[in-house]
Amino acid sequence: MRFLGYTLANEAETPTEPPRPELYEEMGKFVGEAIAAGVIVATGGISPTSEGVKINLKDGEYTVVDGPFAEAKEIVGGWALMECRDLAEATEWSKRFLGVLGEGEVRVRPVSGPE
Amino acid sequence: MSATDSTAAVEAVFRIEFPRVVAALARACGGDLGLAEDLAQDALVDALAQWPSEGTPRNPGAWLTAVGKRKAIDRFRRDRVLASKYAELGRSVDSGGGAGGVDGPDLVAAFEDEIQDDRLRLIFVACHPVLAMPARVALTLRLVGGLTVLEIARAYLDQEATVAQRIVRAKKTIAAAGVPFEVPSVEDRVARLGAVLEVIYLIYNEGYSATAGSSWVRPELCAEALRLGRVLAALAPDEPEVHGLVALMEFQSSRLRARVGSSGAPVLLFDQDRRSWDPLHINGGEAALARAEALVSAGSASSAGSVESAGGVRGPYVLQAAIASCHVRSFRPEDTDWARLVSLYSELANLAASPVVELNRAVALSYASGPEAALPYVDLILASGALERYHLLYSVRADLLDRLGRFDEAAREWERAAGLAANSAERALLEERAEASRVRAVDVKE
Repeated sequence: MRFLGYTLANEAETPTEPPRPELYEEMGKFVGEAIAAGVIVATGGISPTSEGVKINLKDGEYTVVDGPFAEAKEIVGGWALMECRDLAEATEWSKRFLGVLGEGEVRVRPVSGPE
Repeated sequence: MSATDSTAAVEAVFRIEFPRVVAALARACGGDLGLAEDLAQDALVDALAQWPSEGTPRNPGAWLTAVGKRKAIDRFRRDRVLASKYAELGRSVDSGGGAGGVDGPDLVAAFEDEIQDDRLRLIFVACHPVLAMPARVALTLRLVGGLTVLEIARAYLDQEATVAQRIVRAKKTIAAAGVPFEVPSVEDRVARLGAVLEVIYLIYNEGYSATAGSSWVRPELCAEALRLGRVLAALAPDEPEVHGLVALMEFQSSRLRARVGSSGAPVLLFDQDRRSWDPLHINGGEAALARAEALVSAGSASSAGSVESAGGVRGPYVLQAAIASCHVRSFRPEDTDWARLVSLYSELANLAASPVVELNRAVALSYASGPEAALPYVDLILASGALERYHLLYSVRADLLDRLGRFDEAAREWERAAGLAANSAERALLEERAEASRVRAVDVKE
Protein backbone atom coordinates (compact mmCIF):
# COMPACT_ATOMS: atom_id res chain seq x y z
CA MET A 1 0.00 0.00 0.00
CA ARG A 2 1.14 3.49 -0.75
CA PHE A 3 1.06 6.34 1.72
CA LEU A 4 1.88 10.00 1.29
CA GLY A 5 3.65 11.56 4.24
CA TYR A 6 4.09 15.32 4.27
CA THR A 7 5.25 17.90 6.75
CA LEU A 8 2.89 20.63 7.84
CA ALA A 9 3.88 23.90 9.42
CA ASN A 10 2.93 27.53 9.62
CA GLU A 11 5.13 29.14 7.00
CA ALA A 12 5.29 32.42 8.89
CA GLU A 13 6.74 30.61 11.89
CA THR A 14 9.23 28.58 9.93
CA PRO A 15 12.71 29.65 11.01
CA THR A 16 14.52 31.60 8.33
CA GLU A 17 18.04 30.60 9.37
CA PRO A 18 19.35 27.49 7.59
CA PRO A 19 19.15 24.21 9.47
CA ARG A 20 22.25 22.97 11.26
CA PRO A 21 24.65 21.30 8.82
CA GLU A 22 24.56 17.91 10.55
CA LEU A 23 20.85 17.70 9.81
CA TYR A 24 21.52 17.31 6.09
CA GLU A 25 23.84 14.42 6.75
CA GLU A 26 21.48 12.76 9.23
CA MET A 27 18.48 13.23 6.98
CA GLY A 28 20.43 11.91 3.98
CA LYS A 29 21.35 8.82 5.99
CA PHE A 30 17.77 8.31 7.12
CA VAL A 31 16.34 8.69 3.62
CA GLY A 32 19.01 6.30 2.34
CA GLU A 33 17.93 3.73 4.92
CA ALA A 34 14.27 4.15 4.08
CA ILE A 35 14.99 3.70 0.37
CA ALA A 36 17.20 0.67 1.08
CA ALA A 37 14.36 -0.83 3.12
CA GLY A 38 12.12 -0.47 0.07
CA VAL A 39 9.89 2.04 1.90
CA ILE A 40 10.45 5.39 0.17
CA VAL A 41 9.54 5.19 -3.51
CA ALA A 42 9.65 8.90 -4.22
CA THR A 43 10.47 11.94 -2.14
CA GLY A 44 11.06 15.61 -2.57
CA GLY A 45 11.03 19.04 -1.02
CA ILE A 46 8.66 21.91 -1.61
CA SER A 47 9.68 25.54 -2.02
CA PRO A 48 8.04 28.37 -0.06
CA THR A 49 4.60 29.50 -1.26
CA SER A 50 6.19 32.78 -2.41
CA GLU A 51 7.59 30.77 -5.33
CA GLY A 52 4.29 29.18 -6.26
CA VAL A 53 0.86 30.03 -7.61
CA LYS A 54 -2.69 29.26 -6.59
CA ILE A 55 -5.17 28.31 -9.29
CA ASN A 56 -8.93 28.34 -8.86
CA LEU A 57 -11.82 27.46 -11.15
CA LYS A 58 -15.27 28.66 -10.21
CA ASP A 59 -18.31 29.29 -12.44
CA GLY A 60 -16.13 28.71 -15.49
CA GLU A 61 -13.62 31.39 -14.45
CA TYR A 62 -10.02 30.68 -13.67
CA THR A 63 -8.14 32.81 -11.17
CA VAL A 64 -4.42 32.48 -10.83
CA VAL A 65 -2.83 34.15 -7.83
CA ASP A 66 0.91 34.38 -7.23
CA GLY A 67 2.26 33.33 -3.83
CA PRO A 68 2.85 33.80 -1.00
CA PHE A 69 -0.48 32.64 0.40
CA ALA A 70 -1.47 33.28 3.96
CA GLU A 71 -2.80 29.86 4.92
CA ALA A 72 -2.89 28.64 8.48
CA LYS A 73 -0.82 25.57 7.71
CA GLU A 74 0.94 24.60 4.51
CA ILE A 75 2.87 21.67 3.25
CA VAL A 76 6.28 23.02 4.07
CA GLY A 77 9.54 21.24 3.58
CA GLY A 78 8.93 17.84 2.17
CA TRP A 79 6.90 14.85 1.23
CA ALA A 80 7.57 11.19 0.71
CA LEU A 81 5.60 8.53 -1.07
CA MET A 82 5.98 5.37 0.99
CA GLU A 83 5.33 1.74 0.20
CA CYS A 84 4.32 0.08 3.47
CA ARG A 85 2.28 -2.93 4.52
CA ASP A 86 -0.10 -0.84 6.59
CA LEU A 87 -0.69 2.52 8.24
CA ALA A 88 1.12 1.43 11.41
CA GLU A 89 4.34 0.90 9.46
CA ALA A 90 3.97 4.22 7.63
CA THR A 91 3.38 5.89 11.00
CA GLU A 92 6.56 4.36 12.43
CA TRP A 93 8.67 5.55 9.49
CA SER A 94 7.16 9.04 9.85
CA LYS A 95 8.05 9.04 13.53
CA ARG A 96 11.63 8.18 12.62
CA PHE A 97 11.66 11.02 10.11
CA LEU A 98 10.46 13.47 12.77
CA GLY A 99 13.03 12.03 15.18
CA VAL A 100 15.77 13.10 12.78
CA LEU A 101 14.12 16.47 12.21
CA GLY A 102 13.88 17.13 15.94
CA GLU A 103 10.33 18.47 15.93
CA GLY A 104 7.48 19.14 13.57
CA GLU A 105 4.28 17.65 12.23
CA VAL A 106 3.84 14.97 9.60
CA ARG A 107 0.56 13.82 8.17
CA VAL A 108 0.18 10.43 6.56
CA ARG A 109 -2.57 9.61 4.09
CA PRO A 110 -3.20 6.40 2.18
CA VAL A 111 -2.86 6.88 -1.58
CA SER A 112 -5.40 5.24 -3.83
CA GLY A 113 -4.89 4.58 -7.49
CA PRO A 114 -2.70 2.13 -9.36
CA GLU A 115 -1.95 -1.06 -7.43
CA MET B 1 10.52 8.46 22.74
CA SER B 2 6.89 9.05 23.46
CA ALA B 3 5.32 7.52 26.52
CA THR B 4 2.15 6.64 24.68
CA ASP B 5 3.37 4.03 22.23
CA SER B 6 0.61 1.51 21.94
CA THR B 7 1.03 -2.22 21.58
CA ALA B 8 0.18 -1.87 17.87
CA ALA B 9 2.93 0.71 17.45
CA VAL B 10 5.44 -1.57 19.18
CA GLU B 11 4.40 -4.40 16.93
CA ALA B 12 4.88 -2.23 13.83
CA VAL B 13 8.38 -1.33 14.99
CA PHE B 14 9.09 -4.98 15.66
CA ARG B 15 7.84 -6.01 12.22
CA ILE B 16 10.11 -3.44 10.58
CA GLU B 17 13.12 -4.42 12.70
CA PHE B 18 12.59 -8.17 12.87
CA PRO B 19 14.65 -9.10 9.75
CA ARG B 20 17.58 -6.98 10.93
CA VAL B 21 17.39 -8.36 14.44
CA VAL B 22 17.23 -11.97 13.28
CA ALA B 23 20.18 -11.37 10.96
CA ALA B 24 22.31 -9.90 13.73
CA LEU B 25 21.31 -12.61 16.21
CA ALA B 26 21.91 -15.35 13.63
CA ARG B 27 25.53 -14.31 13.29
CA ALA B 28 25.87 -14.08 17.07
CA CYS B 29 24.49 -17.63 17.34
CA GLY B 30 26.91 -18.98 14.75
CA GLY B 31 24.18 -19.26 12.12
CA ASP B 32 21.57 -21.04 14.26
CA LEU B 33 18.46 -19.56 12.62
CA GLY B 34 16.04 -21.34 14.95
CA LEU B 35 17.70 -19.91 18.04
CA ALA B 36 17.98 -16.47 16.43
CA GLU B 37 14.26 -16.39 15.70
CA ASP B 38 13.38 -17.56 19.24
CA LEU B 39 15.63 -14.91 20.77
CA ALA B 40 14.07 -12.20 18.63
CA GLN B 41 10.62 -13.27 19.82
CA ASP B 42 11.86 -13.25 23.43
CA ALA B 43 13.13 -9.71 22.88
CA LEU B 44 9.72 -8.71 21.55
CA VAL B 45 8.13 -9.84 24.81
CA ASP B 46 10.43 -7.43 26.67
CA ALA B 47 9.69 -4.66 24.17
CA LEU B 48 5.96 -5.10 24.61
CA ALA B 49 6.42 -4.88 28.37
CA GLN B 50 8.70 -1.84 28.34
CA TRP B 51 8.17 0.36 25.30
CA PRO B 52 4.53 1.30 25.87
CA SER B 53 5.43 2.89 29.19
CA GLU B 54 9.11 3.83 28.72
CA GLY B 55 9.01 4.77 25.05
CA THR B 56 10.56 3.20 21.99
CA PRO B 57 14.38 3.29 22.03
CA ARG B 58 16.11 5.48 19.49
CA ASN B 59 17.58 2.48 17.70
CA PRO B 60 15.05 -0.29 18.28
CA GLY B 61 16.96 -2.80 16.13
CA ALA B 62 20.10 -2.48 18.23
CA TRP B 63 18.01 -2.61 21.42
CA LEU B 64 16.19 -5.78 20.38
CA THR B 65 19.43 -7.42 19.29
CA ALA B 66 21.16 -6.62 22.56
CA VAL B 67 18.20 -7.92 24.57
CA GLY B 68 18.11 -11.01 22.36
CA LYS B 69 21.76 -11.71 23.17
CA ARG B 70 21.05 -11.35 26.87
CA LYS B 71 18.21 -13.79 26.54
CA ALA B 72 20.71 -16.17 25.00
CA ILE B 73 22.96 -15.87 28.03
CA ASP B 74 19.98 -16.63 30.27
CA ARG B 75 19.37 -19.76 28.26
CA PHE B 76 23.01 -20.82 28.41
CA ARG B 77 23.06 -20.45 32.19
CA ARG B 78 20.35 -23.08 32.25
CA ASP B 79 21.95 -25.29 29.64
CA ARG B 80 25.68 -26.18 29.76
CA VAL B 81 25.74 -27.91 26.37
CA LEU B 82 24.26 -24.89 24.70
CA ALA B 83 26.70 -22.66 26.58
CA SER B 84 29.80 -24.43 25.24
CA LYS B 85 28.34 -24.42 21.74
CA TYR B 86 27.86 -20.67 21.88
CA ALA B 87 30.96 -19.62 23.79
CA GLU B 88 31.58 -16.98 21.14
CA LEU B 89 28.19 -15.40 21.72
CA GLY B 90 28.90 -15.28 25.45
CA ARG B 91 32.06 -13.30 24.84
CA SER B 92 30.39 -10.89 22.44
CA VAL B 93 27.68 -10.14 24.97
CA ASP B 94 30.07 -9.80 27.90
CA SER B 95 32.22 -7.31 26.04
CA GLY B 96 29.33 -5.06 25.07
CA GLY B 97 27.39 -2.80 27.41
CA GLY B 98 26.84 -3.26 31.12
CA ALA B 99 23.60 -3.11 33.04
CA GLY B 100 21.00 -1.04 31.25
CA GLY B 101 23.36 -0.56 28.34
CA VAL B 102 21.29 -2.24 25.64
CA ASP B 103 20.71 1.16 24.07
CA GLY B 104 24.31 2.32 24.55
CA PRO B 105 26.18 4.01 21.70
CA ASP B 106 28.82 1.25 21.41
CA LEU B 107 26.24 -1.47 20.89
CA VAL B 108 24.31 0.66 18.43
CA ALA B 109 27.49 1.40 16.45
CA ALA B 110 28.49 -2.29 16.42
CA PHE B 111 24.99 -3.25 15.29
CA GLU B 112 24.93 -0.68 12.49
CA ASP B 113 28.46 -1.66 11.40
CA GLU B 114 27.61 -5.26 10.76
CA ILE B 115 23.91 -5.26 10.00
CA GLN B 116 24.21 -4.83 6.22
CA ASP B 117 26.55 -7.80 5.95
CA ASP B 118 24.45 -9.84 8.35
CA ARG B 119 21.33 -9.29 6.27
CA LEU B 120 23.12 -10.33 3.10
CA ARG B 121 24.45 -13.46 4.85
CA LEU B 122 20.95 -14.30 6.03
CA ILE B 123 19.52 -13.95 2.53
CA PHE B 124 22.12 -16.31 1.09
CA VAL B 125 21.51 -18.86 3.84
CA ALA B 126 17.71 -18.72 3.58
CA CYS B 127 17.97 -19.31 -0.19
CA HIS B 128 20.60 -22.04 0.12
CA PRO B 129 20.32 -24.79 -2.52
CA VAL B 130 20.36 -27.43 0.23
CA LEU B 131 16.71 -26.49 0.77
CA ALA B 132 13.82 -27.46 -1.47
CA MET B 133 12.21 -24.50 -3.22
CA PRO B 134 9.06 -24.25 -1.02
CA ALA B 135 11.31 -24.27 2.06
CA ARG B 136 13.49 -21.49 0.62
CA VAL B 137 10.45 -19.40 -0.17
CA ALA B 138 8.88 -19.84 3.27
CA LEU B 139 12.14 -19.22 5.12
CA THR B 140 12.93 -16.13 3.04
CA LEU B 141 9.49 -14.62 3.55
CA ARG B 142 9.66 -15.35 7.28
CA LEU B 143 13.23 -14.33 8.16
CA VAL B 144 14.22 -11.91 5.41
CA GLY B 145 10.80 -10.42 4.68
CA GLY B 146 9.60 -10.54 8.27
CA LEU B 147 6.16 -11.94 7.43
CA THR B 148 4.43 -13.99 10.08
CA VAL B 149 3.70 -17.66 9.51
CA LEU B 150 0.00 -16.79 9.27
CA GLU B 151 0.66 -14.13 6.62
CA ILE B 152 2.71 -16.59 4.55
CA ALA B 153 0.04 -19.26 4.89
CA ARG B 154 -2.65 -16.81 3.74
CA ALA B 155 -0.60 -15.64 0.78
CA TYR B 156 0.00 -19.23 -0.36
CA LEU B 157 -3.44 -20.55 0.62
CA ASP B 158 -1.68 -23.06 2.85
CA GLN B 159 -2.43 -24.26 6.33
CA GLU B 160 -0.64 -22.28 9.01
CA ALA B 161 0.65 -25.52 10.58
CA THR B 162 2.04 -26.67 7.23
CA VAL B 163 3.99 -23.46 6.75
CA ALA B 164 5.23 -23.49 10.36
CA GLN B 165 6.39 -27.07 9.94
CA ARG B 166 8.12 -26.22 6.66
CA ILE B 167 10.05 -23.39 8.30
CA VAL B 168 11.08 -25.51 11.28
CA ARG B 169 12.32 -28.25 8.98
CA ALA B 170 14.16 -25.74 6.80
CA LYS B 171 16.05 -24.38 9.80
CA LYS B 172 16.93 -27.93 10.87
CA THR B 173 18.13 -28.80 7.38
CA ILE B 174 20.43 -25.79 7.33
CA ALA B 175 21.82 -26.70 10.76
CA ALA B 176 22.28 -30.37 9.80
CA ALA B 177 24.06 -29.46 6.57
CA GLY B 178 26.37 -27.13 8.50
CA VAL B 179 25.63 -24.23 6.15
CA PRO B 180 27.97 -21.44 7.31
CA PHE B 181 26.50 -18.01 8.06
CA GLU B 182 28.48 -16.38 5.29
CA VAL B 183 28.27 -14.63 1.98
CA PRO B 184 29.46 -17.26 -0.54
CA SER B 185 33.00 -17.14 -1.88
CA VAL B 186 33.71 -15.55 -5.26
CA GLU B 187 33.59 -18.85 -7.17
CA ASP B 188 30.19 -19.81 -5.71
CA ARG B 189 28.75 -16.34 -5.75
CA VAL B 190 27.20 -16.33 -9.21
CA ALA B 191 25.32 -19.58 -8.68
CA ARG B 192 24.27 -18.71 -5.14
CA LEU B 193 23.11 -15.24 -6.17
CA GLY B 194 21.13 -16.93 -8.92
CA ALA B 195 19.43 -19.08 -6.29
CA VAL B 196 18.51 -15.96 -4.28
CA LEU B 197 17.08 -14.16 -7.32
CA GLU B 198 15.13 -17.26 -8.27
CA VAL B 199 13.43 -17.35 -4.86
CA ILE B 200 12.48 -13.67 -5.01
CA TYR B 201 11.17 -13.96 -8.55
CA LEU B 202 9.21 -17.08 -7.67
CA ILE B 203 7.51 -15.17 -4.87
CA TYR B 204 6.81 -12.34 -7.28
CA ASN B 205 5.34 -14.64 -9.88
CA GLU B 206 3.08 -16.38 -7.41
CA GLY B 207 1.61 -12.94 -6.79
CA TYR B 208 1.64 -11.92 -10.44
CA SER B 209 -0.18 -14.95 -11.80
CA ALA B 210 -1.40 -16.98 -8.90
CA THR B 211 -1.16 -20.68 -9.68
CA ALA B 212 -3.99 -21.57 -7.35
CA GLY B 213 -7.13 -20.04 -5.97
CA SER B 214 -9.81 -17.90 -7.50
CA SER B 215 -7.90 -14.64 -7.63
CA TRP B 216 -5.75 -14.04 -10.67
CA VAL B 217 -3.21 -11.82 -8.92
CA ARG B 218 -2.18 -11.36 -5.30
CA PRO B 219 -0.59 -7.90 -5.25
CA GLU B 220 0.60 -8.23 -1.66
CA LEU B 221 3.00 -11.02 -2.67
CA CYS B 222 4.27 -8.88 -5.55
CA ALA B 223 4.84 -6.00 -3.14
CA GLU B 224 6.68 -8.32 -0.76
CA ALA B 225 8.96 -9.65 -3.52
CA LEU B 226 9.64 -6.15 -4.79
CA ARG B 227 10.54 -5.06 -1.28
CA LEU B 228 12.94 -8.03 -0.98
CA GLY B 229 14.47 -7.10 -4.33
CA ARG B 230 14.97 -3.48 -3.32
CA VAL B 231 16.55 -4.55 -0.04
CA LEU B 232 18.88 -6.92 -1.89
CA ALA B 233 19.80 -4.21 -4.41
CA ALA B 234 20.85 -1.96 -1.53
CA LEU B 235 22.89 -4.77 0.05
CA ALA B 236 24.55 -5.91 -3.18
CA PRO B 237 24.62 -2.75 -5.32
CA ASP B 238 27.32 -4.01 -7.70
CA GLU B 239 25.37 -6.96 -9.06
CA PRO B 240 23.69 -6.12 -12.39
CA GLU B 241 21.33 -9.08 -12.17
CA VAL B 242 19.90 -7.85 -8.87
CA HIS B 243 19.02 -4.50 -10.45
CA GLY B 244 17.77 -6.41 -13.48
CA LEU B 245 15.36 -8.38 -11.31
CA VAL B 246 14.17 -5.23 -9.53
CA ALA B 247 13.61 -3.57 -12.90
CA LEU B 248 11.70 -6.59 -14.17
CA MET B 249 9.44 -6.65 -11.11
CA GLU B 250 8.88 -2.87 -11.33
CA PHE B 251 7.84 -3.09 -14.98
CA GLN B 252 5.51 -5.99 -14.31
CA SER B 253 4.05 -4.20 -11.28
CA SER B 254 3.26 -1.20 -13.46
CA ARG B 255 0.73 -3.42 -15.22
CA LEU B 256 -0.70 -5.14 -12.14
CA ARG B 257 -3.90 -3.16 -12.11
CA ALA B 258 -4.36 -3.14 -15.88
CA ARG B 259 -4.11 -6.94 -15.94
CA VAL B 260 -7.29 -7.46 -13.95
CA GLY B 261 -10.65 -6.50 -15.41
CA SER B 262 -13.53 -5.12 -13.37
CA SER B 263 -15.00 -8.62 -13.04
CA GLY B 264 -11.67 -10.01 -11.79
CA ALA B 265 -10.90 -11.69 -15.11
CA PRO B 266 -7.41 -11.39 -16.59
CA VAL B 267 -6.81 -8.80 -19.31
CA LEU B 268 -4.10 -9.70 -21.81
CA LEU B 269 -1.25 -7.33 -22.63
CA PHE B 270 -2.72 -6.13 -25.91
CA ASP B 271 -6.14 -5.51 -24.44
CA GLN B 272 -4.87 -3.50 -21.49
CA ASP B 273 -5.56 0.19 -21.08
CA ARG B 274 -2.00 1.42 -21.25
CA ARG B 275 -2.93 4.73 -19.63
CA SER B 276 -3.53 2.82 -16.42
CA TRP B 277 0.03 1.48 -16.30
CA ASP B 278 1.59 2.90 -13.17
CA PRO B 279 4.21 5.53 -14.12
CA LEU B 280 5.89 5.37 -10.72
CA HIS B 281 6.71 1.69 -11.22
CA ILE B 282 7.76 2.36 -14.81
CA ASN B 283 10.19 5.05 -13.64
CA GLY B 284 11.49 2.71 -10.96
CA GLY B 285 11.98 0.02 -13.58
CA GLU B 286 13.80 2.31 -16.01
CA ALA B 287 16.10 3.54 -13.23
CA ALA B 288 16.94 0.02 -12.08
CA LEU B 289 17.47 -1.15 -15.67
CA ALA B 290 19.80 1.80 -16.34
CA ARG B 291 21.84 0.86 -13.26
CA ALA B 292 22.02 -2.75 -14.41
CA GLU B 293 23.06 -1.81 -17.95
CA ALA B 294 25.72 0.58 -16.61
CA LEU B 295 27.17 -2.19 -14.45
CA VAL B 296 27.19 -4.58 -17.41
CA SER B 297 29.03 -2.00 -19.54
CA ALA B 298 31.50 -1.34 -16.72
CA GLY B 299 31.98 -5.10 -16.45
CA SER B 300 32.78 -5.38 -20.14
CA ALA B 301 35.31 -2.56 -19.84
CA SER B 302 37.18 -4.38 -17.08
CA SER B 303 36.30 -7.98 -17.73
CA ALA B 304 39.81 -9.37 -17.34
CA GLY B 305 39.92 -11.55 -14.25
CA SER B 306 36.66 -10.31 -12.79
CA VAL B 307 33.70 -12.33 -11.67
CA GLU B 308 32.18 -14.74 -14.13
CA SER B 309 28.93 -12.82 -14.50
CA ALA B 310 30.66 -9.69 -15.71
CA GLY B 311 32.39 -9.38 -19.06
CA GLY B 312 29.65 -7.31 -20.66
CA VAL B 313 27.15 -10.13 -21.00
CA ARG B 314 23.61 -9.26 -20.03
CA GLY B 315 22.20 -11.84 -17.66
CA PRO B 316 18.70 -13.32 -17.85
CA TYR B 317 17.03 -10.81 -15.51
CA VAL B 318 18.57 -7.79 -17.22
CA LEU B 319 17.38 -9.17 -20.55
CA GLN B 320 13.88 -9.87 -19.28
CA ALA B 321 13.76 -6.35 -17.86
CA ALA B 322 14.86 -4.98 -21.24
CA ILE B 323 12.02 -6.96 -22.82
CA ALA B 324 9.50 -5.59 -20.32
CA SER B 325 10.83 -2.08 -20.88
CA CYS B 326 10.33 -2.52 -24.62
CA HIS B 327 6.61 -3.17 -24.04
CA VAL B 328 6.26 -0.32 -21.58
CA ARG B 329 7.74 2.18 -24.02
CA SER B 330 5.05 1.48 -26.61
CA PHE B 331 2.07 3.74 -26.14
CA ARG B 332 -0.07 1.57 -28.37
CA PRO B 333 0.23 -2.19 -28.97
CA GLU B 334 0.91 -1.54 -32.66
CA ASP B 335 3.91 0.62 -31.73
CA THR B 336 5.68 -2.37 -30.18
CA ASP B 337 9.20 -2.88 -31.51
CA TRP B 338 8.79 -6.58 -32.27
CA ALA B 339 12.09 -6.90 -34.13
CA ARG B 340 13.92 -5.71 -31.02
CA LEU B 341 11.92 -8.18 -28.93
CA VAL B 342 12.85 -11.06 -31.23
CA SER B 343 16.49 -10.08 -30.87
CA LEU B 344 16.25 -9.81 -27.06
CA TYR B 345 14.54 -13.20 -26.81
CA SER B 346 17.24 -14.69 -29.05
CA GLU B 347 19.91 -13.28 -26.74
CA LEU B 348 18.03 -14.77 -23.80
CA ALA B 349 17.73 -18.15 -25.50
CA ASN B 350 21.48 -18.12 -26.16
CA LEU B 351 22.19 -17.75 -22.43
CA ALA B 352 20.20 -20.80 -21.52
CA ALA B 353 18.05 -22.76 -23.93
CA SER B 354 14.51 -22.81 -22.58
CA PRO B 355 11.28 -23.81 -24.30
CA VAL B 356 9.41 -20.99 -22.52
CA VAL B 357 11.83 -18.43 -23.96
CA GLU B 358 11.49 -20.10 -27.38
CA LEU B 359 7.73 -19.79 -27.06
CA ASN B 360 7.98 -16.09 -26.25
CA ARG B 361 10.39 -15.60 -29.12
CA ALA B 362 7.86 -17.24 -31.42
CA VAL B 363 5.15 -14.83 -30.22
CA ALA B 364 7.41 -11.84 -30.94
CA LEU B 365 8.30 -13.33 -34.30
CA SER B 366 4.61 -13.75 -35.14
CA TYR B 367 4.17 -9.99 -34.84
CA ALA B 368 7.48 -9.07 -36.44
CA SER B 369 7.14 -11.44 -39.42
CA GLY B 370 3.63 -12.87 -39.31
CA PRO B 371 1.95 -15.93 -37.73
CA GLU B 372 3.03 -18.25 -40.55
CA ALA B 373 6.69 -17.53 -39.69
CA ALA B 374 6.14 -18.34 -36.03
CA LEU B 375 3.95 -21.44 -36.23
CA PRO B 376 6.78 -23.86 -37.22
CA TYR B 377 8.71 -22.84 -34.07
CA VAL B 378 5.68 -23.44 -31.87
CA ASP B 379 5.14 -26.80 -33.56
CA LEU B 380 8.76 -27.70 -32.81
CA ILE B 381 8.22 -26.95 -29.12
CA LEU B 382 5.03 -28.97 -29.21
CA ALA B 383 6.79 -31.91 -30.87
CA SER B 384 9.58 -31.83 -28.29
CA GLY B 385 6.99 -32.45 -25.58
CA ALA B 386 8.86 -30.05 -23.28
CA LEU B 387 5.82 -27.90 -22.46
CA GLU B 388 3.21 -30.61 -22.76
CA ARG B 389 1.37 -29.53 -19.60
CA TYR B 390 1.89 -25.78 -20.08
CA HIS B 391 -1.40 -24.12 -20.98
CA LEU B 392 0.27 -21.11 -22.60
CA LEU B 393 1.83 -23.32 -25.29
CA TYR B 394 -1.66 -24.19 -26.50
CA SER B 395 -3.03 -20.67 -26.12
CA VAL B 396 -0.13 -19.28 -28.19
CA ARG B 397 -0.70 -21.92 -30.83
CA ALA B 398 -4.44 -21.22 -30.73
CA ASP B 399 -3.83 -17.52 -31.23
CA LEU B 400 -1.56 -18.15 -34.24
CA LEU B 401 -4.16 -20.47 -35.78
CA ASP B 402 -6.88 -17.86 -35.21
CA ARG B 403 -4.77 -15.27 -36.96
CA LEU B 404 -4.19 -17.70 -39.84
CA GLY B 405 -7.95 -18.17 -40.15
CA ARG B 406 -7.77 -21.84 -39.03
CA PHE B 407 -10.57 -21.39 -36.48
CA ASP B 408 -11.53 -25.07 -36.04
CA GLU B 409 -8.01 -25.99 -35.00
CA ALA B 410 -7.74 -22.83 -32.92
CA ALA B 411 -10.89 -23.70 -30.95
CA ARG B 412 -9.43 -27.13 -30.11
CA GLU B 413 -6.17 -25.56 -28.91
CA TRP B 414 -7.99 -22.99 -26.74
CA GLU B 415 -9.88 -25.90 -25.17
CA ARG B 416 -6.64 -27.75 -24.44
CA ALA B 417 -5.21 -24.60 -22.88
CA ALA B 418 -8.34 -24.15 -20.74
CA GLY B 419 -8.11 -27.75 -19.58
CA LEU B 420 -4.57 -27.19 -18.30
CA ALA B 421 -4.98 -23.77 -16.65
CA ALA B 422 -5.02 -24.12 -12.87
CA ASN B 423 -6.36 -20.64 -12.20
CA SER B 424 -10.12 -20.39 -12.54
CA ALA B 425 -10.19 -16.78 -13.82
CA GLU B 426 -7.67 -17.69 -16.51
CA ARG B 427 -9.56 -20.86 -17.41
CA ALA B 428 -12.75 -18.88 -17.95
CA LEU B 429 -10.96 -16.50 -20.32
CA LEU B 430 -9.54 -19.39 -22.36
CA GLU B 431 -12.97 -21.02 -22.64
CA GLU B 432 -14.33 -17.73 -23.91
CA ARG B 433 -11.64 -17.64 -26.57
CA ALA B 434 -12.48 -21.23 -27.59
CA GLU B 435 -16.12 -20.28 -27.99
CA ALA B 436 -15.17 -17.22 -30.07
CA SER B 437 -13.10 -19.39 -32.41
CA ARG B 438 -15.94 -21.91 -32.74
CA VAL B 439 -18.33 -19.11 -33.70
CA ARG B 440 -15.89 -17.79 -36.27
CA ALA B 441 -15.34 -21.30 -37.67
CA VAL B 442 -19.10 -21.63 -38.21
CA ASP B 443 -19.25 -18.15 -39.78
CA VAL B 444 -16.51 -19.11 -42.21
CA LYS B 445 -18.32 -22.30 -43.19
CA GLU B 446 -21.57 -20.47 -43.76
